Amino acid sequence: MVSYFSAALTARMVSASNLSYKFFSGTAISFPDFMVKKGDHFLLLGESGSGKTTLLHLLGGLLRNYSGSVQVNDVALETLSEHRLDKFRGQNIGFIFQRNHLISALTVEQNLMMHSYLASMPLQEGRIEEVLHGLGIADKRKSDVSHLSQGQAQRVAIARAVISRPPVIFADEPTSALDDRHCNNVISLLIDVANQNQSTLVIATHDQRVKDRIQQKIVLKH
Amino acid sequence: MNIFILVWSYLKARPLNTAINVILLSLGIAVITILLLFKKQLDQKITDNSKGIDLVIGAKGSPLQLILCNIFHIDFPTGNIKLNEAERIAKNRLIRTAIPLALGDSYRAYRIIGTSSKFRELYQAKLAEGAWWKNNLEVNIGSNVARLAGLRIGDEFTSAHGLTQEGHAHNEHRYIVKGILQKTNTVLDNLILTNVESIWEMHETGDAHDAPEGDSVTARSSLVPSVAAGDSVKQITALLIKYRSPMAAVQLPRLINAESSLQAASPAFETARLFSILGVGVDVIMAFAYVLILISALSIFIALYNSLKERRYDMAVMRSMGASRSKLLVSILAEGGLLTLLGCMVGLLMGHVVVIMLSSMVEQAQKAGITGIIFYSEEWVILGGSLLLGLLCALIPAMQAYRTDISSVLARN
Repeated sequence: MVSYFSAALTARMVSASNLSYKFFSGTAISFPDFMVKKGDHFLLLGESGSGKTTLLHLLGGLLRNYSGSVQVNDVALETLSEHRLDKFRGQNIGFIFQRNHLISALTVEQNLMMHSYLASMPLQEGRIEEVLHGLGIADKRKSDVSHLSQGQAQRVAIARAVISRPPVIFADEPTSALDDRHCNNVISLLIDVANQNQSTLVIATHDQRVKDRIQQKIVLKH
Repeated sequence: MNIFILVWSYLKARPLNTAINVILLSLGIAVITILLLFKKQLDQKITDNSKGIDLVIGAKGSPLQLILCNIFHIDFPTGNIKLNEAERIAKNRLIRTAIPLALGDSYRAYRIIGTSSKFRELYQAKLAEGAWWKNNLEVNIGSNVARLAGLRIGDEFTSAHGLTQEGHAHNEHRYIVKGILQKTNTVLDNLILTNVESIWEMHETGDAHDAPEGDSVTARSSLVPSVAAGDSVKQITALLIKYRSPMAAVQLPRLINAESSLQAASPAFETARLFSILGVGVDVIMAFAYVLILISALSIFIALYNSLKERRYDMAVMRSMGASRSKLLVSILAEGGLLTLLGCMVGLLMGHVVVIMLSSMVEQAQKAGITGIIFYSEEWVILGGSLLLGLLCALIPAMQAYRTDISSVLARN
């Protein structure tokens, strides 16, 4: 399944070639080829409607039936069955969405523990403490999600994405709802957390404030 | 974190919804449980009480009354029959045993029965303490009589006419308790046993005391050995008959009903008839219980369906975290199953508690020996059925969860 040979040669983490996707409505969208190296961070820029989210979902294995190829951590996603793709996502990818989408019936801790249950992966002893501490919300461990401020909730969402130390983190418009100060904080936090976990960070955004923080980027156009 | 915590958290997050669903279902289950407990125990009582009795012979009247009076001891006699007629019938070669019963009196609503020793053999009665009755006016009392009426060995009491506590008292004679019987879980527990002569003595007017004159009597009555055969004055209430062969079931009732002034009634047939009459009422209550359960099923379905609409994002996020389609399917099914299982267990508990309370507060239930601390295998069926119902209610919502299109849900925001 995994081509160890090519992995050793290129050390690339995310790449797309000849990638295009046809919507249910019939409109098709094609994307430029690109490649992100292991440990690098990357921006997908473009106005809303330019296909950022679609590309992110394609790269994250949330969307299938595309033409071309997507490789993540040296696995061509199009070669995986649906079940294997689920498993692959659980083991390799962390997502951060524009809205936090925490599971409101659960506590902060349980939200973080969800990952190990859903992805059937063991949770390291002390890992929750470590991640929450790193994000400065260790005291919220037992809190109900509904009692968190928006900033705290976003930190929990980030914690959830990195809890299993995924090789790649995809973030979709993580800053669009934030003011300048919070925007900068969140981007710093994301970059820090990604570096700590040796994860590759890919951010899709139309937020111009993010542009200068990460050098590698592609710009999607209509 | 496991599926149970996840499912339980979702149920806990909607406390009112969960509570109403559990309550609705548990009410339906409780009604079914109560009916089940009563019906099973009544069936058992009826079988135990009429075991070994193939036919009851008494005065003409309602055959059902004859059975209720002479086997279950909850109705009044249809009248008396002459001893000599009873003897004639008892001699029939189709009959293995004939047990005489003389009814009419009671002590604090516990019926006094004049009979022979065969009666206690019929119920395999054993003495808990004391001795069997030997002489007139000596009695053995059932365990409930001893416990509820507070009678002990050596106690004397006067009987009252009829079955009520306020009946005309026979003050001239006093019964004496000679022995207390062990609990049999039959009607025997509620009876006071003595010989037939005692009953006669109670109802005689003093001077008419025509005791048998020893040697001068040539043939003795087969039913009441102390009197001469063919006595045309003495009366009893009924005969309990056991057949000698299955042939008797065909011939004997017809023979008696057609050719004598007596009436024969079959306990099996009459209790079946009684149940078919009562059955309508039971069916109505049962239908009510099923309606409750149906409503709760609908309510559970709607609750799951609605909550799933709110949880579409949760589902999509879970998928993005590596959950397979089948994992979501199972978690929704588990939610339905857990909800009905919970409702069912609360319902079973409620049913038992209601029966326990009834049997501790209502003397009639105590007399009938109904208990709530008993479990039947049918309750497993109820539990299994409820679980199935929950899975069924959750099926459509679970299919929706299964089909969640992650990308479009997440992209829509």
